Amino acid sequence: MEKRIDYEKIAESSGFKHLMSSKKKFIVPLTIFFLVFYFALPILTSYTTVLNNNAFGDISWAWVFAFAQFIMTWVLCIVYVKKASFFDKLANRIIEENFEKGEKGA
Amino acid sequence: MSPTVIILFLIIVGMTLVVTYYAAKRTKTTSEFYTAGGGLTGWQNGLAIAGDYLSAASFLGIAGMIALSGFDGFFYSIGFLIAYLVVMFIVAEPLRNLGKYTLADMINSRFDAKKVRGVAALNTITIVIFYMIAQLVGAGALIQLLFGIDYWIAVLIVGIMMTVYVLFGGMTATSWVQIIKAVLLMIGTIIISFIVLAKFHFNIFDMFSEMKTATPLGADYLKPGVKYKVPLDTISLMLALVLGTAGLPHILMRFFTVKDAKTARSSVVTATWIIGIFYVLTIFLGFGAAYFVGFDTIKTANAAGNMAAPLLAGALGGDFLMSFVSAVAFATILAVVAGLVLSGASAFAHDIYAQIIKKGKVTEKKQMLAAKYASIGVAVLSILLALFAQKMNVAFLVSLAFCVAASANLPVIIFTIYWKKFNTAGAITGMLSGLLSSLILVIVSPNVFSPIEGAAIFVGEPLISLTNPAIISVPLGFIGAYVGTVISKKQDMKRYAEVIVKANTGYKE
Repeated sequence: MEKRIDYEKIAESSGFKHLMSSKKKFIVPLTIFFLVFYFALPILTSYTTVLNNNAFGDISWAWVFAFAQFIMTWVLCIVYVKKASFFDKLANRIIEENFEKGEKGA
Repeated sequence: MSPTVIILFLIIVGMTLVVTYYAAKRTKTTSEFYTAGGGLTGWQNGLAIAGDYLSAASFLGIAGMIALSGFDGFFYSIGFLIAYLVVMFIVAEPLRNLGKYTLADMINSRFDAKKVRGVAALNTITIVIFYMIAQLVGAGALIQLLFGIDYWIAVLIVGIMMTVYVLFGGMTATSWVQIIKAVLLMIGTIIISFIVLAKFHFNIFDMFSEMKTATPLGADYLKPGVKYKVPLDTISLMLALVLGTAGLPHILMRFFTVKDAKTARSSVVTATWIIGIFYVLTIFLGFGAAYFVGFDTIKTANAAGNMAAPLLAGALGGDFLMSFVSAVAFATILAVVAGLVLSGASAFAHDIYAQIIKKGKVTEKKQMLAAKYASIGVAVLSILLALFAQKMNVAFLVSLAFCVAASANLPVIIFTIYWKKFNTAGAITGMLSGLLSSLILVIVSPNVFSPIEGAAIFVGEPLISLTNPAIISVPLGFIGAYVGTVISKKQDMKRYAEVIVKANTGYKE
């Protein structure tokens, strides 16, 4: 390889910063959301009895909440895949701009 | 023991051996041995992840736990599933972008220090051994019950078989055994769930109503609090479950068997769907077993409830279904254990032997040989430990593995990918503080010391009341990593720039 790739320059570039900030804006709030949602179940069942009331027939709110965890997982899965293809586009643009030009010259 | 059992066992074992034979012909390089040459598709790898993850603890353990304690058993299902969101959102893609064969590779993409690699390998081996003993003890109990042979022979059979898969077929064979097993497990679970549902006239409300009077627990069966009465302990267990998966070496290793981050992502998606569907169905397995088999029969077969699923299959579908489910459970254990042997062996052969002892200067042939010796070593060690661990609680060993993974590996993985100032010293202190704190806290916990004779390994007063110490040890892992970083102050911004660019764009030199 003729010249070293300047990763610091890429890390500082506006394209890369845009990728990182849009990733952060997506992943951080959603991660906090699913962790809060997840721990809400054991906290509510351990410290309170509010979820012991029946929601539908003999199915209590605790079970409804537990099922909601599954639904949430699948929904977040779908949302993530959609969003990730957008991140892929940004990442590809960065690779094209920074690497492929240099490689052709080398 | 009926002839059906033997025939089904032989068919399933035969299938996996054929796969191993073909895989062995294709496994010539170390890359093929460790990671199947990185050539699996998203679907295949997703199935293999599911196969690797739905272990004896999930299939036999959770079904039994829901059967015996109702809602509280379902906590495990939820924790194991949500853990995949952590894997998908935080770990999978950067890991694939940075790593080559092992977890230590990925951490080493930022830090060259041999000590970091050594400690990471030590973590991997510790987790693998605990996880492995649990699986072997489960396998021993299952085979012992089905065939009526001695426990030690049962453990030996499973141990030798998995060594054969790994030794000859490497990751390619192991992956395919996991894929076959995942498919069989899903088929078995769906059939049983369908029959259970049919018996309740396809009315879920009826099923819940019936369960209120079906067990000695009465209406409490459907409520939380039967098994987990200490709030902090429940939350601590949930923490270990949700964070542990993202630090389990044999699961993380599966991301090196695909070609890029995009495929890694699609394999997590596939795995999440399969695992999610499976865990929803654990309700039918558990409820069905409690209703159609009954508390007493389940407890007589195995006090921890581990035989609930096979017994239910027998009650609903007779000998054939029971044999099928038992054979699937056996394949399950084989697949998981093979995956564990591989990740333990790669930590030895790739990290400790090739990178640390030989400083990376080792021929392909020699490394391959080292990996095979390491596989035998890991297998022999676990078989020996499993022989002594017969009386130990399987769930305790698995939750310990999860706790160590969450405390020792996850903080360092997260900081490596996301924290600019993180450094070599921080990586070492983080891994060691997580590993030591979780091990020590477990040793002084009620799992090891109990005032009641026979309830734990030793008779005595435990120093802490938590059965799973994740709520203390996970923060300690993070704090250790933070303090080590701040104290040593060394930083390499250039290196971080490289890591962050590669992790997020997938660029490879």
